[in-house]
Amino acid sequence: MKMGNTADRKMTIVVFSGELDRALAAFNIATTAASMGTEVTMFFTFWGLNIVKKERGKVGEGNWMKRMLNIINRGGARRLKLSKMNMAGAGTAMMKYLMGKHRMPSLQEMLILAEEMGVKMIACTTTMALMGLSEKDFIPAVKEFAGAATYVGNALESQVNLFI
Amino acid sequence: MKADRTLDCVGLYCPMPIVKTSQEIKGMKEGEILEVIADDVGIKSDMPAWAEKTGNQFLGIEEEGGEIRVYVKKGSAG
Repeated sequence: MKMGNTADRKMTIVVFSGELDRALAAFNIATTAASMGTEVTMFFTFWGLNIVKKERGKVGEGNWMKRMLNIINRGGARRLKLSKMNMAGAGTAMMKYLMGKHRMPSLQEMLILAEEMGVKMIACTTTMALMGLSEKDFIPAVKEFAGAATYVGNALESQVNLFI
Repeated sequence: MKADRTLDCVGLYCPMPIVKTSQEIKGMKEGEILEVIADDVGIKSDMPAWAEKTGNQFLGIEEEGGEIRVYVKKGSAG
């Protein structure tokens, strides 16, 4: 391809995981794709919702099981742990230190960058109901709340679909 | 190589040099040349890939003492 015919270039990423390393990989690909003229949609579901939850995720509503889910998954990109070598937080702290030392953007910075670059972020309403979350529990970058049909509709029009 | 603009990405890693390049080139005119200075070797393969998919022209690489200078010419669609 010589000229970038970017009009119909689309990518979707299902962000299922809520770990720091997996989230970083998802946002790395999303921002890169956006810089290559791709319309990127990130669909956050299950533990992935923690990445885009406001830092002080609510605890109060729903039955005790939902409240417990929100106590364990307090949310906020800053709180995520590594999928491996977390070592009670020491491994994650070390990784963050090394990333900072190498001037790599933090996940919070990647989130801002992705939003600025027009990456669309959708939260899964089914998981939200399951976990007793509402629209106001999410950061403003999340502008759409939808279900699987929205995702599949989007995926069918895309050339690249990832599940992280 | 003579460039119209220079972007310093020394010390930055993937995806930042590419993301910054795409932001920088938005403000440039067709035919203008952007020089990107970086030290992450990934850029040697990333920049041609980026340019090809965005309608910009990759002009080449100059390397000296761990410093990589890549040159991109803004295309009509870039």
